[in-house]
Amino acid sequence: MSRLRTAALVGNPNAGKSALFNVLTGARQKIANYPGVTVERKAGRMVLPSGEPLELIDLPGSYSLDSASPDEEVTRKVVLGEFPGEAQPEVFILVLDAANLDQHLVFAQEIIALGLPTIVALNMLDLAERDGLILDPAALSEALGVPVIPTVAVRRKGIDELIGALASAEKRADNEEVAPQTHVTATERRLAARNIAKGVILSQSTEHRLHTSLDKVLLHPWIGPPILFGLLFVIFQAVFAWATPFADALDSGVGMLIDWTNASLPESILRDFLTQGVLAGVGSVVVFLPQIVILFAFILVMEQSGYMARAAFIMDRLMAMVGLSGRSFIPLLSSFACAIPGIMATRSIADPKDRLTTILIAPLMTCSARLPVYAIIIAAFIPDRSVGPGFGLQGLVLFALYVAGIVGAIVVALILRRTVTAGAASGFIMELPRYQLPILRDLLIGLWQRAFIFLRRAGTIIFTVTVVLWLLLSFPKAQPGESQVDASIAGQIANGVTVLVEPIGFNRDMALSLIPALAAREVAVASLATTYAVDNDNEDAAAAALTDQLGARWSLPMALSFLAWFVFAPQCLSTIAVARRETNGWKWPIFMLLYLFALAYIFAGITYWVALGLGL
Amino acid sequence: MTLDALSPRSRARITAVDWSLLAADEGKRLRALGIEEGAEVTVAHRGVFAGKDPIALTVGRMTIALRRAHALAMQVEELA
Repeated sequence: MSRLRTAALVGNPNAGKSALFNVLTGARQKIANYPGVTVERKAGRMVLPSGEPLELIDLPGSYSLDSASPDEEVTRKVVLGEFPGEAQPEVFILVLDAANLDQHLVFAQEIIALGLPTIVALNMLDLAERDGLILDPAALSEALGVPVIPTVAVRRKGIDELIGALASAEKRADNEEVAPQTHVTATERRLAARNIAKGVILSQSTEHRLHTSLDKVLLHPWIGPPILFGLLFVIFQAVFAWATPFADALDSGVGMLIDWTNASLPESILRDFLTQGVLAGVGSVVVFLPQIVILFAFILVMEQSGYMARAAFIMDRLMAMVGLSGRSFIPLLSSFACAIPGIMATRSIADPKDRLTTILIAPLMTCSARLPVYAIIIAAFIPDRSVGPGFGLQGLVLFALYVAGIVGAIVVALILRRTVTAGAASGFIMELPRYQLPILRDLLIGLWQRAFIFLRRAGTIIFTVTVVLWLLLSFPKAQPGESQVDASIAGQIANGVTVLVEPIGFNRDMALSLIPALAAREVAVASLATTYAVDNDNEDAAAAALTDQLGARWSLPMALSFLAWFVFAPQCLSTIAVARRETNGWKWPIFMLLYLFALAYIFAGITYWVALGLGL
Repeated sequence: MTLDALSPRSRARITAVDWSLLAADEGKRLRALGIEEGAEVTVAHRGVFAGKDPIALTVGRMTIALRRAHALAMQVEELA
């Protein structure tokens, strides 16, 4: 096949690049990293009217080619064709926020001055009109000397025209010489931007009425924070309550599959492998997909609506107290879904010490992989009682576990900032984007990508670990009268670990579940399910819900100790791998592992002995 | 007076910035956002929890959050 032509979306942050990217490429996107750095590379394929394929990349939002962050550095290098292994884009789609031309035209001049074929997408024209702005795209095209296409990504307005312009711009690229660059200072560009904008704006009325009145409430010194905390509380309740019907449906679906497999296959090692290994293991993790989707839905809506930046503004003061900034709030909040995107999001933090501290405490945020563990233990041991209108005891315990992680993170950050990551106090500079209604298409694409990553994990890491565990549990076969788990290789290994974790109240089964869960926390649930499935000789007991099995086999102090362990324990290979990549070495990931395991051991122990002392 | 002395709703022009008080990348970022000598800004919001920190500025059609530490480096003259 011939070489794929490349185009790149460039523009300021908050220009609506991602929405445009989603419209142009649909769900045909590939998300990876630029080699050597941890900036996300988003690429997708689109087809021109001629049938020719085109690779479109969505470059990180930049304010200037004079980069001030790793993200901007990637954009600068790719745009200039200096990024190793990355072809210089042949066409630029320069995305400008129609309502903020004064600002966006500054960077636009830098891109146009490169002399490569460039098309301007005058984006979010609808929002500009909402703000009372009437623009003249033809005047803008004349002033810039490049084609200008008015677009509204949400309603697919101007998309066909944009693709058409892309096709004809490409032809020009073949036979036109690159224009020489002229040297202009940033201040001159800003003045020029203001003048161009003045010529393009036909009329304007009062600015951002919605924007300012929303901010008046949401950033109010006394009303704003309670709204934010209320929202966070609703999110956590929703994750637990709304997901239940879906999770139950998935759970009974897996149960039906197990019954069907048992009924249709003759009794054999293959049948045991499928039901006890594959279905019991992977199935018990997949049921948590609804919770993960709900949590990500809230996070994506907060990001897309523009509220996330307000949350950062509100949290900045609190984050400053522990030596961080509001910028750390976004990575940390993302870490509630998963520490991996959370740690990757830290690259927007300019200060290295700040960034390192955020990376080190990110695993303390309760990620969605802990939910399966928390959910199963809470369901088995905490009575489903109401403790007030709308609030159940189970939800409250879950909330307490989240709070425990946050308090742990605060204390750790305070200590780190005074010891290993001591240094200059960090700053906080951030654009607060205009509010907008989240776009359903972008929300769905974002959710699909997250769900896919989760399912891929379930299908690969969790599947492999579960199968290996099943093998270790099933062989050698027990003698009559002997428990299968005791006889197995896994049981022998766990006996060794049990000696270590007995002081904090863990029994052999719990120790056993910790080993495969080193790969990923949610595997603990899968491995408990597999262990008890293998351990039950009679079919009725095997079919009993995992919660009933746990309730019968563990005491309450043991269960609470297990919960406390998972608040801290760094049981996630992917997090360690990402931390290694982000910190360029093993020093910090190893530090992270050691301090988190130490905390897990200490707090699980305290929980166990206090619970015992209280006679629980 | 410095930008930090302004209360919400007041408009001012930045007359001088002591860039040496700011980290290099922070200075770059502020200039890229149009916060530099000659810029006209409005204080839109001041911090939460009564700390007056951070500060949200309106510059042109953008709202930018920054900290008191940055505002202290900027000399302003108030506009009516």
